[in-house]
Amino acid sequence: MAAITLTINDKQVSAEDSQTVLNVAQEQGIPIPTLCHLEGVYDVGACRLCLVEVAGVNKLLPACTTKAAEGMVVRTESERLRKYRRMTLELLFAERNHVCAICVANGNCELQTMACNQGMDHVRYDYCFPKWDMDLTHERFGMDHNRCILCTRCVRVCWHIEGAGTKNVAGRGARSHIITDMFQPWGTAESCTSCGKCVMACPTGALFERGSTTAEMQRDRTKLEFIVTAREKKQWIA
Amino acid sequence: MAKRIVIDPVTRIEGHAKISVFLDDEGNVSDAEFHVVEFRGFEKFCEGRSYAEMPGITPRICGICPVSHLLASAKAGDALMAVDIPVGADKLRRLMNLGQFIQSHALSFFHLSSPDFLLGWDTAVAKRNVFGIISANPELARAGIRLRQFGQEVIEILGGRKIHPAWAVPGGVRTPLSEEGRQRIRQWIPEAYKTTRVALDLFKSTLKTHGREVQVFGNFQSLFMGLVTADGSWEHHGGLLRFTDSSGSVIADQLDPQNFFDYIGESVQPSSYLKSPYYKPMGFPDGMYRVGPLARLNVCERMGVPQADAELKYFKKLGRGAVTSSFLYHYARLIEILASIEFVEQYMQDPDLTTDHLRAEAGINKLRGVGVSEAPRGTLFHDYTVDRNGLIQKVNLIVATGQNNLAMNRTVAQIAKHYVKGEKIQEPMLNRVEAGIRCYDPCLSCSTHALGQMPMAVALVAPDGRVLDEVTRGC
Repeated sequence: MAAITLTINDKQVSAEDSQTVLNVAQEQGIPIPTLCHLEGVYDVGACRLCLVEVAGVNKLLPACTTKAAEGMVVRTESERLRKYRRMTLELLFAERNHVCAICVANGNCELQTMACNQGMDHVRYDYCFPKWDMDLTHERFGMDHNRCILCTRCVRVCWHIEGAGTKNVAGRGARSHIITDMFQPWGTAESCTSCGKCVMACPTGALFERGSTTAEMQRDRTKLEFIVTAREKKQWIA
Repeated sequence: MAKRIVIDPVTRIEGHAKISVFLDDEGNVSDAEFHVVEFRGFEKFCEGRSYAEMPGITPRICGICPVSHLLASAKAGDALMAVDIPVGADKLRRLMNLGQFIQSHALSFFHLSSPDFLLGWDTAVAKRNVFGIISANPELARAGIRLRQFGQEVIEILGGRKIHPAWAVPGGVRTPLSEEGRQRIRQWIPEAYKTTRVALDLFKSTLKTHGREVQVFGNFQSLFMGLVTADGSWEHHGGLLRFTDSSGSVIADQLDPQNFFDYIGESVQPSSYLKSPYYKPMGFPDGMYRVGPLARLNVCERMGVPQADAELKYFKKLGRGAVTSSFLYHYARLIEILASIEFVEQYMQDPDLTTDHLRAEAGINKLRGVGVSEAPRGTLFHDYTVDRNGLIQKVNLIVATGQNNLAMNRTVAQIAKHYVKGEKIQEPMLNRVEAGIRCYDPCLSCSTHALGQMPMAVALVAPDGRVLDEVTRGC
């Protein structure tokens, strides 16, 4: 690991060459919006909200999967970035059926909070109103594909923290969706340990505790962080 | 040649509708229809959702009586879980429903209807509204608006917000009454009594000069339906159903709402998005029944609280057997406000309302569940069919305005027969037809769970379907 120096928003910062731009920015207290990023699991660059401008590169790069490099000049805020982030959020809302008013996660939803923070006051695209089902076959948890943004946090915590490998992504394009085991009802997925990590990881109301009603679903991520810290740093800090 | 008069839109009601008055060859009124031209489709798009979400979704049908849908929906959830909810939860739900009665009835009486009989039927439309009342009698208007505020605050104190609180859930409610909330409610009670007394005196004095309205505003024989307790007292959330006829005789009693489909049928007419329920044993349309304040007071033997019971005695004297004039819905509404305040006052002494044991837990134990609650406008049914995981397969909502549909048609026809002269739509007739509809305080957002807009339109229609005259006003 070598020490490097890069510039973020005109400020020179030091980092290690294994770090991502997002990681460095967070260490320096520079906010970058994220949705699919979750502490403790690897990043996949799925949501495109952490896009940043890197000098010399025409396209915008996701901060969560872009490695910091010596001499890199990064900008995390610009009119262009704000425009793209709002557009990304609007597309997320238009793609499925997000109805905050009646959602179990209303008031505790990262998508909703992000839309407010990024100044999304309306959606310019036609809503797709796709027909997606709810899966309530699991005795403790429910999955509503209408509210899924395909961040794959649930898939990653299931495979890499719990090690169960129950959740996965099937389909392509707009028909991509989260499945359990061999595309079967969650309640029949034998690999599921009912640990609930996926439910705690979900940023929206897509995964929830059964019986939750409007605005009742609150996430507790401390257990995820506890496990990851214990495993990686051998520190059992509750 | 026969003709049709159309009134479009009907104003100062919740939602959008139009009225058609049919004339025969001699130019006399042969029939009238109240059309609800909205369609919203709640019954359809709730399919596939979880039953636990329904108390969050269905109150969105309406901003005036969301609490009614909330409570009926939560109750349907209780039925699916096959649980008796904790006693504190039941009382808290009742308290919220009483708040709902007070606010909705105050809105109907002071804001929507009082301009008609306090300012005069033929006052210009631009002045015959709540602003007209504010300039003519600012104290009364202020008191009325504050009475509604009291009801809204009861709802807010319990549910956290005045409109669309997602507070009642299948199995109970989320939070108890706080001590601070109890104090706030208590402070309102003396003023609420005072305003209701003023309104009652005012309405009773109005009755002396409104003999004709009492006679022609929906004065006809029909059945009446409402919830009653086991001993036949007034009930609004719980209890069983009772039907009485115009003579005041009980024709069916202690009917279990869970089996409402055995005795209530629903007919659909091509002219309206509103379904017309009827009492099955008597068939359609003879099984026409009315619901709401007038019906509740007709079916019950006592209110169960002293002040309202004294008023009920006076009220019952206004009819031979049952009170059959729909004009007296207004009076019944005021008596229900009074009773609601009395019950709220009683609850302020009740320790069950501050307990934290408020939610029964269970899975799906029945695949069909019916939730029934008295909404301000009448009995509300939420009938859900679910799969074993609790996903909604079918929703049937039977709302008050739908159940009053046939009676509203009769009322319009009766008023039109009395006031329509010739082929032209006359302003006095228009005013009274509207006011006749307003007696029922119809809520069209609820009744059609609907989509779209309803201004009031009246059309005069010939037997060949030709519209002879049409008036549209105020969207």
